[in-house]
Amino acid sequence: MATQATLDALQQEFPSISASEFRGQSRVVVPREQAYAAMEWLRDERRFDLLIDVTCVDYLNYRDATDRFGLVYLLANSESNERITVRVFVNEPDPEVDSVVPLWEGANYVEREVYDMFGIVFRGHPDLRRILMPQEFEAFPLRKDYPLQGRGERHNFPVITRASS
Amino acid sequence: MATIPSTTSPEDRLPEAATPSGLSHPGFGGNLAHDEQLDYIWTLNFGPQHPATHTTLRLVLKLDGERVVAAMPDIGYLHSGFEKIGEHLDYNQYVTVTDRMNYMSPMANNVAWHCAVEKLLGIELTPRCKYVRTIIAELARISDHLLCNGAIGLDTGAFTFFLYAFYQREVIYDIFESLCGARFTNSYTRVGGLMYDITPVVVEKIRTFCRTLPKTLSDMDRLVNRNRIFRDRLKEVGVLPKEEAIRRSATGPIARASGVTRDLRKDEPYLAYQDFDFKTCCMTTGDCLARYLVRQAEIRESLKIVTQAIENLPSGPVNVSMGERTTMPSKKMVYSSIEGTISHFELAMSNRGFDTPHEEVYSAIESPNGELGFYIAGDGTDVAYRARCRPPSFIHMSLFPYMIEGHTLSDIVAVLGSINIIAAELDR
Repeated sequence: MATQATLDALQQEFPSISASEFRGQSRVVVPREQAYAAMEWLRDERRFDLLIDVTCVDYLNYRDATDRFGLVYLLANSESNERITVRVFVNEPDPEVDSVVPLWEGANYVEREVYDMFGIVFRGHPDLRRILMPQEFEAFPLRKDYPLQGRGERHNFPVITRASS
Repeated sequence: MATIPSTTSPEDRLPEAATPSGLSHPGFGGNLAHDEQLDYIWTLNFGPQHPATHTTLRLVLKLDGERVVAAMPDIGYLHSGFEKIGEHLDYNQYVTVTDRMNYMSPMANNVAWHCAVEKLLGIELTPRCKYVRTIIAELARISDHLLCNGAIGLDTGAFTFFLYAFYQREVIYDIFESLCGARFTNSYTRVGGLMYDITPVVVEKIRTFCRTLPKTLSDMDRLVNRNRIFRDRLKEVGVLPKEEAIRRSATGPIARASGVTRDLRKDEPYLAYQDFDFKTCCMTTGDCLARYLVRQAEIRESLKIVTQAIENLPSGPVNVSMGERTTMPSKKMVYSSIEGTISHFELAMSNRGFDTPHEEVYSAIESPNGELGFYIAGDGTDVAYRARCRPPSFIHMSLFPYMIEGHTLSDIVAVLGSINIIAAELDR
């Protein structure tokens, strides 16, 4: 739960941000161009020094959804335990956002995971490679248009025999 | 198609720039492969199934003699698909999958998942359910810390120490077995309550455990705390300063060993934690020994919580009332009343179930390893549109290359043991 002062100051600084609340959680939706600046401001001015998580939701079949992907940044203040959820929406032809690794080193692995699972490109990430799936894998498994049982990629991988190893 | 290279021969491995093992690591600028000055750097594949990696985890190490220049964890070995399954199982069924995420303390994962679901639904639990969940979450913490500390002892040569710890873990398994019928993958919680109420037999077993564990703990302390080998292998190894711990998103005992005082049980009390008297255990040195000692101290604090909770267990129902149509009725009600039968039928049918808000929620608990949170996007049905788990082990794995740099090969087991890596949690 973020304090009202934080939300007011954030809205003062970035007027295009919209805030909402559900079950004691403060969430702000930030335009993609301002996402990095807003999070840098939150870190420096409001001491949100702990990045809890970066994740993504694919809104392909979601009712009332207007954008395809919604990125979720969960931030916390390690002293006062203030929390805020920053949402950034990106869309299909160029699903790209600025990486927040320069702000929080902890974003390194989680952003790679979002890239691996959803195909969101993080500009400026120091090492944007697949982290869970093999490098040769081409699909993005957690997208909604990817079937639960996979699409037969397993059969396309090279088989390592004892002789060739 | 690139083939996966075999092992260790640096001549074979290094000229290839981008192999599946990812030799272009930022730690050494990605140009190590072409620098002839650095030909003495060796590549060592540690794992996937090495006794010291505890689980299936592959570490690609760059060695200068015995010193680790860089480590690249190769995770995602299991391809378990937890989050994809979460989009296809309903809120009660998915609890069996959360067990498999962390087999060292499945009860904590159960509690974390259903706390998140109840936050999404806006359910207020009954007092008795809160207490029982607190007890099982703390027992899970004790059992996780016992195994983790025991494994540190095992990795550094103290085998008896491991047996002491594992014996007490067996006692906790017995408690869980009489509580819910399963020793290992418990699946005990349900939406709005629990699978079964706690019985007097279990209460008595927990009381006995609370009486007998402190003796084992002091035995364990006397066995290794002043042992020269144990201390030398852990002290000043894998140091994580406080600023780095925060910058790299460390939580739980690892952050607390570095001086971060954050503990969700104190800072954002959930369940019944505000009723109990316990301390947050912190140290400032941030090395492997500090992490070991923090865990050992946390076992004692957890034991205090369990003792207080079991003595003050409130009476009353363990599930929220059936009128809310979210919690499964008990078997007795299903077989003896028509309301119970209908309610069970409605909840168990696919496409019936209960309604969820068209909203998203994040809820976290202080699991044995750190902050374990679930981010759920509800879409009105009783299946989550998106069930994201924020696993502590995955975040902590990114600390490992930082912590191990400059240490020797034999320190890997100490560092890896002290950050308590669970391979199932490393995966999605």
